[in-house]
Amino acid sequence: MPDLIEIAKRIRTHIVEATTEAASGHPSSSLSAVEIGVVLFFGDVLSYNASEPKWEDRDRFILSKGHASPLLYALLAEAGYFAVSELMTLRKFGSPLEGHPNMRRLPGVEASTGSLGQGLSAGIGHALAARIDFKDFRVYVLVGDGEMQEGQVWEAMMFAGRHQIDNLTLIVDRNQYQQTGAVDEILGLDPLAEKIASFGWEVTEIDGHSIDDVSTAFDWARGLQKKPQAIIANTLKGKGVSFLEKEGNFHGKPIPKDKLPQALADIERGL
Amino acid sequence: MTRPLGPATRDGFGDALVDLGALNSTIVVVDGDVAESTRTKKFFDKFPERAWNTGIAESNLVGIGAGLAASGKIPVIASFACFLMCNAYDQIRMGIAFPGLNAKLVGSHGGISAGEDGPSQMAVEDVALACALGGFTVIVPADAASTRALTRAMIEHSGPVYMRTGRPEAPVIYDEEPVVELGKSITVRKGTDLTIIANGLMVAESLTAAEELEKDGVSVRVIDMHTVKPIDEEAIAQAARDTGGIVVAEEHFAHGGLGAAVAMIVAQSAPTKMAFVNVGDNYSTSGLPAQLFKAAGISAADVSKAARSLL
Repeated sequence: MPDLIEIAKRIRTHIVEATTEAASGHPSSSLSAVEIGVVLFFGDVLSYNASEPKWEDRDRFILSKGHASPLLYALLAEAGYFAVSELMTLRKFGSPLEGHPNMRRLPGVEASTGSLGQGLSAGIGHALAARIDFKDFRVYVLVGDGEMQEGQVWEAMMFAGRHQIDNLTLIVDRNQYQQTGAVDEILGLDPLAEKIASFGWEVTEIDGHSIDDVSTAFDWARGLQKKPQAIIANTLKGKGVSFLEKEGNFHGKPIPKDKLPQALADIERGL
Repeated sequence: MTRPLGPATRDGFGDALVDLGALNSTIVVVDGDVAESTRTKKFFDKFPERAWNTGIAESNLVGIGAGLAASGKIPVIASFACFLMCNAYDQIRMGIAFPGLNAKLVGSHGGISAGEDGPSQMAVEDVALACALGGFTVIVPADAASTRALTRAMIEHSGPVYMRTGRPEAPVIYDEEPVVELGKSITVRKGTDLTIIANGLMVAESLTAAEELEKDGVSVRVIDMHTVKPIDEEAIAQAARDTGGIVVAEEHFAHGGLGAAVAMIVAQSAPTKMAFVNVGDNYSTSGLPAQLFKAAGISAADVSKAARSLL
């Protein structure tokens, strides 16, 4: 297996460089889910073929929290869907690397997202297609914790539990913050694990920045039958960049150019 | 002459859907717990392995349909037109229109002819909402036979479609299934003095109006504009040139429906006098469809009156 810690550093570097170059975007919301993405793409979890993005038997990864597109794009580039150099076209006119993922323009994007709360339903659709075609591909959906305030997420969870959709794994990026403040203060989710479990899901809670924890969680999910699985990944918004972590909720803005060297040094050091 | 009543357009849809399901195993159905009303029930009974009742949850209904489409299925997503279009509009926009997926939305209980259930169940904005979605094809069939043909055309078409169906028995316009093409209207009555462009149940009302006008020597063309988007520009321009005045009749609010679509083409191609028969800007009430049509000003007599205003 490749060195996932090194890949995570590269992904973080891409995220901050691309958003700073774009002068907009959501680096901190992307940084919190880096280990999740890295284990999915490079830790023998997802089956995919970058040269054949529409391969029918591929596993699906849906980024429901579409504002974390810099993470998705960095993962796709490192996975070989397109050149790493294209990452610097993020949010620019003519680039398929739009502010939020657009499946029409970028191969490898499984769902167009950006209006929160919708990815899990789409994931269920993919999972049902697998079921009726007797295919064994799996579907992974990444949501933000603030995103779980959307009612549609709970409609989808109810359905997946009722229909025992066991080729579906939900990952909650529990970074504790949404645009204007702390999730728990604005519209709290706790007890989140108990709530999800009560909808007929298997639930585990992990350190979302531990490669080992994340890998173990995906192994656990793949071994379960008759129930969808949820992984609550406790994370830090802005993980890997000291001054973002310290601020807690540095939301929806890029790192200023003059602070980029420090951010890159933090990432290289591996906080 | 009053036309005999035939099955409802929702029945035409349900019958065609189950036939299509036997021919094409990629067709799947998701319904928001109203399969008996939307008439997807026959499909559920025959193909239970590829039909899902998603419960009373329209957002998830549409989202699941989007995912099925993205994995290569042809999902038919059904609910009451008002709940489908109004409750799940963002999901339709983000999940289906924006990615341009091959999904088919079918909303029943379109228009005020939903009747006794009352205005909360009546879609009078659905056509405007559907037309506003990028890349959507929007269909409003007139009777059961044409609905069967249009359901087939909807499935054969590659891309997102919204089709409105109705609750009550519909007057028979076509004795047998017409040959249809999406975006191509059907002239159901020839005429030279005036044209009425209609869809849905208003085609029958318009034919009745045309027969009444003929008694006074007015020759009226009636066009079944079953596809509101993309609209049949050629037929509209031709009618404007041939007959001068154009009446547009629809079971929908005044804004954003068939009237607006036709007016845009007339203004561009052959400006002429127009009149509009529609539900206006006010919600209806409970009642029998005929009573509600009269109260809303969309009965055959109202169409006839609008036509006379142009003579």
